[in-house]
Amino acid sequence: MSESGLAARLGTSQSLAMFFSPFLATRYLKPKRTFVSIITLISILGVALGVWAMIVVNSVFTGYGVRMKESILGVAPHLVAVSTCYVAGNRRGNAPEELVSDGPWDIGLDWRKEVAAARRIRSDAEATSRLPEKLAEFRKEARGELGAAGAPALASKTEDLRMAWVKDQLVEAGRARAASVGWPDAYAFTKALGEQALTETKGAVPVSIVRPSIIESSLAEPFPGWIRGFRMAEPVILSYARGLLKEFPGVPEGTVDVIPVDIVVAAIIAVAALGPEQAAPITQVASGSTNPLKYKVLVDNVRSWFTEHPLYDNEGQPIVVPEWQFPARGRVKEQLKRAKAVAERTERVLQSLPLRGKQASWAATLEEKKTEIDRAYQYVQLYGLYTECEAIYQVDRLLEMWAGLSPADQAAFNFLPQSVDWAHYVHEIHLPSIVQHSRAKTHSGKNRIDRPARLRKQILSPDRHVAAFDLENTLIASNVVESYSFLATRRLNVPERVRYVLRTLAEAPTLQAVDRKDRTDFLRFFYRRYEDAPVAQIAEDAPELLANIILAKSFPAGLRRVREHRALGHRTILITGAMDFAVEGLRPLFDEIVAATMSVRPDGTYSGNLSQVPPTGETRAQILADYCAAEGLKLEESIAYADSTSDLPMLECVGFPVAVNPETRLAAIARKRGWLVEHWDKASGAPVKPLPLGPLMSEKERRKVFQ
Amino acid sequence: MPRPGFVLEVDRSTPPSLFWRGENFSLEKLPAGRSRVIYPPEPLPAIKDIDGAIRNALLNPIDQDPLPSLLFPGMKLTICFDDVSLPLPKMRRPDTRQRVIEAVLDMAADAGVEDVHLIAALGLHRRMHEYELRHALGDRIYDAFHPRGMLTQHDAEDPDNLAVIGETPHGEVLEINKRAADSDLVVYVNINSVPMDGGWKSITTGLASYRCLSAHHNGHTLQNTRSLSGHREHSALHQSIWRLGKVLRDHGPKLFQIETTLNTDMFPEQFSFIATREWEWSARERATYLATTKALKRTPIKLARKIFHGMEGPHQMTSIQAGETSAVHEITLEHVYRQQLVPVEGQTDILTMGIPFVCPYNPDGVMNPILVMCMGLGYLFNMYRNKPLVREGGVIIMTHPTYRDFNPVHHPSYIDFFEQVLPDTTDPVVMGQKWEKQFAEDEWFRHLYRTGNAYHGVHPFYAWYWGAHGQQWAGKVIIVGGDPATVRRLGFTPATTMDDAFEIASDVVGRAPTITHLHVPALLVADVS
Repeated sequence: MSESGLAARLGTSQSLAMFFSPFLATRYLKPKRTFVSIITLISILGVALGVWAMIVVNSVFTGYGVRMKESILGVAPHLVAVSTCYVAGNRRGNAPEELVSDGPWDIGLDWRKEVAAARRIRSDAEATSRLPEKLAEFRKEARGELGAAGAPALASKTEDLRMAWVKDQLVEAGRARAASVGWPDAYAFTKALGEQALTETKGAVPVSIVRPSIIESSLAEPFPGWIRGFRMAEPVILSYARGLLKEFPGVPEGTVDVIPVDIVVAAIIAVAALGPEQAAPITQVASGSTNPLKYKVLVDNVRSWFTEHPLYDNEGQPIVVPEWQFPARGRVKEQLKRAKAVAERTERVLQSLPLRGKQASWAATLEEKKTEIDRAYQYVQLYGLYTECEAIYQVDRLLEMWAGLSPADQAAFNFLPQSVDWAHYVHEIHLPSIVQHSRAKTHSGKNRIDRPARLRKQILSPDRHVAAFDLENTLIASNVVESYSFLATRRLNVPERVRYVLRTLAEAPTLQAVDRKDRTDFLRFFYRRYEDAPVAQIAEDAPELLANIILAKSFPAGLRRVREHRALGHRTILITGAMDFAVEGLRPLFDEIVAATMSVRPDGTYSGNLSQVPPTGETRAQILADYCAAEGLKLEESIAYADSTSDLPMLECVGFPVAVNPETRLAAIARKRGWLVEHWDKASGAPVKPLPLGPLMSEKERRKVFQ
Repeated sequence: MPRPGFVLEVDRSTPPSLFWRGENFSLEKLPAGRSRVIYPPEPLPAIKDIDGAIRNALLNPIDQDPLPSLLFPGMKLTICFDDVSLPLPKMRRPDTRQRVIEAVLDMAADAGVEDVHLIAALGLHRRMHEYELRHALGDRIYDAFHPRGMLTQHDAEDPDNLAVIGETPHGEVLEINKRAADSDLVVYVNINSVPMDGGWKSITTGLASYRCLSAHHNGHTLQNTRSLSGHREHSALHQSIWRLGKVLRDHGPKLFQIETTLNTDMFPEQFSFIATREWEWSARERATYLATTKALKRTPIKLARKIFHGMEGPHQMTSIQAGETSAVHEITLEHVYRQQLVPVEGQTDILTMGIPFVCPYNPDGVMNPILVMCMGLGYLFNMYRNKPLVREGGVIIMTHPTYRDFNPVHHPSYIDFFEQVLPDTTDPVVMGQKWEKQFAEDEWFRHLYRTGNAYHGVHPFYAWYWGAHGQQWAGKVIIVGGDPATVRRLGFTPATTMDDAFEIASDVVGRAPTITHLHVPALLVADVS
């Protein structure tokens, strides 16, 4: 092919061409130097390979392609689509095996319009969520949850909240739309639209639809109780067994249409095996019409089983399951709503209180309770409709199919709903299986694996690199105001002290307000007070801070922890907003102390201005990251100890965060994320000092100092 | 004329006996017919002219030239004094130390001595607070010496300020404060409250380095210290100290030992019921007892502590002797025994004792659980001559609230000792091998000892070793009224009431044991025959 093409392009005669080609070939094949011939060989090989590949591809596209298409589609294509019985919508009585649009209750919905409307709602919600007032709301909520955690942490939280809000809006819109046109929820509604879309767009492909009802764990295959994914009844049952769900709405004599998964699978296989001609266009796989499970029977069975095999709480006590009264959905929802409102209000009050440590943990427990109520509410909202649904799904096609099976097939592919003995199924198969899967506590006694102990062991492993500590309320129950007061009053007499105390008390509200707004600003503002303080005097008095303030108010367990880290070879860093001279006494505990520093004037007094940005908030995370980078250590192998959400960036940047005596917000965060929480206390025999003032100097010595 | 101590046989008409319970008291009825109470002798009369007696002792020392003849211009004079652990409770101003040191300084000034240095002989105890130094020495001495850096506190961890004097044949190294070692004369001012204080112990512990102290302050030595109050030959600790003393005498600086004894008039007038024998209580004393105990029960513990630690004892000097250490100490012991010795016949099955709010290691602090053990088994148990009051394998019952309180400024290492060492072992020898080094060499504790007001990191071990002999000797130790979890961690048995304690003790000593109650305070040494 290439030879003739070449000849044509040269425009020579056939004979010349015939002669010319071998000439050219020999001309270039015959080597003058060895390496040229190698290049030539490679080129020939390359061209050959290329031509071969082209031939193969061409033939696949033209010849084989056609043949393959014929062989695949030639054998009558058949699409088996799995839908749900609940496409029938909210109706009482029989629901036959036919398309909704073919039934008597069709209201003429167009799936295309519905899709377009849903898309529009999404973009509307997105747009609304970005409105300034909405964003301000998210910001406020994020700040309420995190406190002064620094700009980056707040930004990320705000965005999370916005996206969650959009999702909620969409869920609500979907539910509302579904309810407005007669479906229990968006799931069943969209399935119904899906059936419609499939029927419209299937073209020449024959379609069979299989509609199972609520699929639960298997009856026999691959083994009794096989289940993946906890979606429908399982979370409700477990919440009930854990005592979280005291009530669930439903009609006691109503039917809960449950069908084991292996029956559904067998039915699908049967439909596929029958092929497009023989299989019914729609086959329902449900138990309601032939072997109904009454709601009350199910509840009684569940209750008796959990009475016999209770779950245990964290204290190792069995949980007694409540008796259901089968209230109306509205009442349960109302109750839950009220409970949620109370929990929310209490939580807000608790968050505004200056709680710490153990009390803060209680607040976090309350938040957990609130989440539980939330979840229960969602379950009622989502699944309540299913327990109230009074439609009876007809399974005539299914039974016809069953009758047509040979006994061998019937034995191998059981899809007969009547074959389920509900009492046996609930007691012996389903409940044991979901309890096992949920990993709920099924034995008495305290948990053997003590989570804090395990976390502590991880932290105190020689593999860790750096342990970073905050100071105030993490290692000592004191603050910068106390150390300042001590130094400021060290050389004052009694009347001067009284004046000092009164003045400081008067300023307290201002100081507190500034501190709440921004820690860095507070430190800058407060440290102005050191202006004109003689460096020499501070240097002389500051060492007394160790015994008088730091040690007296220290958490001995905290100081022990620092030393444990050192003994294990970890680097220890103190990152604090306190002045460097005030924490100098802690030097032997730490490899590195990062504290605020102040510039000194030529006359040997402090200027009152900080020489650098004080290490607070996200600066701490940066300091720690820089330190690790400079020393070749790993942040993910490091530990950080802190007490408030303002240290959240530092806690989040390390692999092992520890919340020490956390305030309410941090306690909640630590609990959610499974962080280690330490409750360190002051030594109970610590000397009591109502005011953090320096010891009084004898008048004689004082006079000498101020001569 | 004060009455001597005596042993009261408890019969049906005997009133209940007074027990200390930390910052409170209780009256406990002891079973009649088989119980006895040992009462200390009444306080001896104090010396009338104390300053005269001091002058006299300095001018007429024992086996030594008079002090003025030892002083010369250009010399280096170092005056050491006992720290805040003595006396208990602190004495009313002026303190003995102030009186004696002022007299010494007067003589030094007369002799034209300029290089004078005062050292608080802390050993491994905590550094004294300013107000404590002022109390012990008086404002005049403090203001004159402290600002010029001539009043210092011994630092057993300062490598630049320690000097090796020599070594005993047993391999014990004597390493003491360098300033003292380099001095032409070292004057040591003692307050001898109990027989084990003073003598060579003053300098070889008070001014010694950690290395030097650890040679004899260990579990093994203290388990073999069978008499802290009586015969030195039964005390492995004192044997070691006397060996070190010999090294000090032969190779160390010239010494001038001053020892003083106090009478046992320890509590202010309003607490007179403490020292009075119960059946002699006046109506006023009964009322005070009732009012005090009821009031203290309702007082917050921290306030109660403040009240008790603020108390100043009216005790006064009963003797002063100066000169050569060994000779002086022998006379001191005679004076101590004259005040404290009570002859007791035979041992007992159960020894009961009330543990007070203070021991030598917590002046102005909290009596933490380890110190309760140290006070009971280390001090009170050891207040005997010849043999312990309780028979071997007998039961010791103490009364104390044994709260889990610690002073974080004074006792930081005690907290870790309680949290880390005691859950692991209560055996002095085992903890010495396994844990002591870690605490002794802890950089943080060393820092707090040297710059703060903390006892040395190893001190909780020493406090525990102090009770080693008692711990080994007793078949069971019961604490009445103690916090149960804390008492158990100490390796003891908690009991709610004294009757419960006797019931628990019956497992060890049977149903009808003999009981002896050590009526403290007012210190006493039981001479058990």
